[in-house]
Amino acid sequence: MELKGWTYLFVGVTFALYLFIALYTRVKSTKGFYVAGQGVPAVFNGMATGADWMSAASFISMAGLISFMGYTGGMYLMGWTGGYVLLALLLAPYLRKYGKYTVPDFVGDRYYSNVARGVAIFCAIFISFTYVAGQMRGVGVVFSRFLEVDIDVGVILGMAIVFFYATLGGMKGITWTQVVQYCVLIMAFLIPAIAISLEMTGSPIPQVGFGGEVQSGPNAGRKLLEVIDSLHRDLGFAEYTAAFEGGKKSMVDVFAITLALMVGTAGLPHVIIRFYTVKTVRAARWSAFWALLFIGLLYTAAPAVAVFARVNMIETVHNADYKELPPWFSNWETAGLIVWVDKDGDGKVDYGPGAAFDGKPTFAETPDGEPARGALGQRLVTNTISSAKNELYVDRDIIVLANPEIANLPPWVVALVAAGALAAALSTAAGLLLVISSAVAHDLMKKMVRPEMTEKEELRWARGAAGCAVLVAGYLGINPPGFVAQVVAFAFGLAASSFFPLIVLGIFSTRTSKQAGIAGMLTGIVFTAGYIIYFKFISPELNVESNWLFGISPEGIGAIGMLLNFAVTMTVTRFTPPPPLEVQATVLRVREPSVETLEVAEH
Amino acid sequence: MSSTRKSRAAAYWKKNLLVVAGLLAVWFTVSYLLGIVFVEPLNASKLGGFPLGFWFAHQGSILVFIVLIFVYCIVMDRLDRAAIAAEQRAETQAAEPAANALHRSDASDDVRHS
Repeated sequence: MELKGWTYLFVGVTFALYLFIALYTRVKSTKGFYVAGQGVPAVFNGMATGADWMSAASFISMAGLISFMGYTGGMYLMGWTGGYVLLALLLAPYLRKYGKYTVPDFVGDRYYSNVARGVAIFCAIFISFTYVAGQMRGVGVVFSRFLEVDIDVGVILGMAIVFFYATLGGMKGITWTQVVQYCVLIMAFLIPAIAISLEMTGSPIPQVGFGGEVQSGPNAGRKLLEVIDSLHRDLGFAEYTAAFEGGKKSMVDVFAITLALMVGTAGLPHVIIRFYTVKTVRAARWSAFWALLFIGLLYTAAPAVAVFARVNMIETVHNADYKELPPWFSNWETAGLIVWVDKDGDGKVDYGPGAAFDGKPTFAETPDGEPARGALGQRLVTNTISSAKNELYVDRDIIVLANPEIANLPPWVVALVAAGALAAALSTAAGLLLVISSAVAHDLMKKMVRPEMTEKEELRWARGAAGCAVLVAGYLGINPPGFVAQVVAFAFGLAASSFFPLIVLGIFSTRTSKQAGIAGMLTGIVFTAGYIIYFKFISPELNVESNWLFGISPEGIGAIGMLLNFAVTMTVTRFTPPPPLEVQATVLRVREPSVETLEVAEH
Repeated sequence: MSSTRKSRAAAYWKKNLLVVAGLLAVWFTVSYLLGIVFVEPLNASKLGGFPLGFWFAHQGSILVFIVLIFVYCIVMDRLDRAAIAAEQRAETQAAEPAANALHRSDASDDVRHS
């Protein structure tokens, strides 16, 4: 069967499965809609959290990102996994025990203030929309690359399916589809990773092959990482394993970005909300373990894939005659993800440091609208050619997308990758939409605007809000605002500087007062958002290390925002009256061992 | 009685904080110290085919994170179980003066079962 046939088959079967689950998990109560009736077993919640967390970016872009960064890429690997330690130890069990359904609900209750609740609702909705736009776009891109349909059609198909299972089944539908989506995406990631590891290093375990010896070719018998370091040296790059890309990034910035990503991960509402869906505090703790184990499967394989693919790419492409390159090169050139500019006119590909040309490629066209091609058949671009010797533009997404072809795997594996990428994007989108829905229906409408409404009305609001959120997300996917890539730093920065300190202090200090909580949250948000807006939108030309505060880039500033929030909250607490006694009693109750833990442990 | 209950809860919370602090110290060490701050000197040593600091940043810290949460779950399960058992012992002791020997053996059986 052809690639397209396999892709239709896999995508069709997985989508049918998601719809089937949606029909079987319809809910009639708000508890079912917001927290899946709180009956999800820990292992399955771990899988669902894995799918919820690993987005289109984790699946498609992360390995590629690392591939081009080397050691420094570790800040993403550590940042996006280390947050789970914070979640497990500082947040998840207590939030589950507190017994609310959403993060703004906890904030409003613990800080006995609707102002705090309101700010939390705003942050939750803002963070989730920021994130979801990228997911919907990802769905469209996967459709367009693998099934050759228009990106917009792909976005609409993705919207339709998420609309169906999110509005019908709420969190329950989302949870069980996420469990299936985790299985699809992890197979889709690991099968090509294992195949390419076997081929290059003879080890079926990518994490081991990563440190193993190259099997064949001119470098046979040498350690893979030594090979990549020497390839890098020969081409004029900093060594792959060398710290901080040979000084291109400072230690303090890598430290700050890692911290902002970790704390941001722990503060993201769509991740936190998953821990409300289990039955007991004990199950909340164990779900965090299962979640990180399942996430770790992908996150430890990704840096291995990054090295395999980079060595493969450099050895195949550098100094090779354009005419003799393997077919995957021209396939992805047609897709616009690789561009070769023959600067010296020798017909050979020269790869090295520096961009081949400015910005993303804009392809030249012939007068009749066909892609313009050079003497050897290469696609031409209209970008300003740079003075660097490098002739190659490589989109980082290629590392994962083209991996199966580079490793000569059968077409069904490529099709599986498409289904996996869709699963990753849809599962994350659904989790985010539920946060928006519950923030609007539960926190805004029920708790603030119309407390007298019945459960049935609230459920209608929840479904309606989920539906509207899907439409907005789809719109953002079809018309992506130019700043989507920029605002991801925003999502993590805001989560780090608002929710994380607020929740931690709310649990670990009975004394923290409402005035302190609100002051801390506002300081964190205003500082972090201000810094990012200034360097990303107002004066992007000033966004260089010498202008940064303590040498910390906008991506890492959430770490400082978080510290500021902690400092302000703790200081203001000393000068304001303590919380009402019943709030303090609730906090103390949350810290007690729960009898249910014992019951479940014994059964 | 309520004051001893309070002190038991406080003792449990203190143990919990110690566990969390210990695990977070390891969390900080593997990622921020071994993976970032001391990466350059560590890269001089090798672990199999990996420069050591690079390995911590790309593999080791993730593996340690997983183990940390696992240890946390196991330790907290034990702490919870011990704390609840102590609570039940205290309750049966409080009820003791009114109970006869037969009841007492029933009560201790209950504790063992639960």
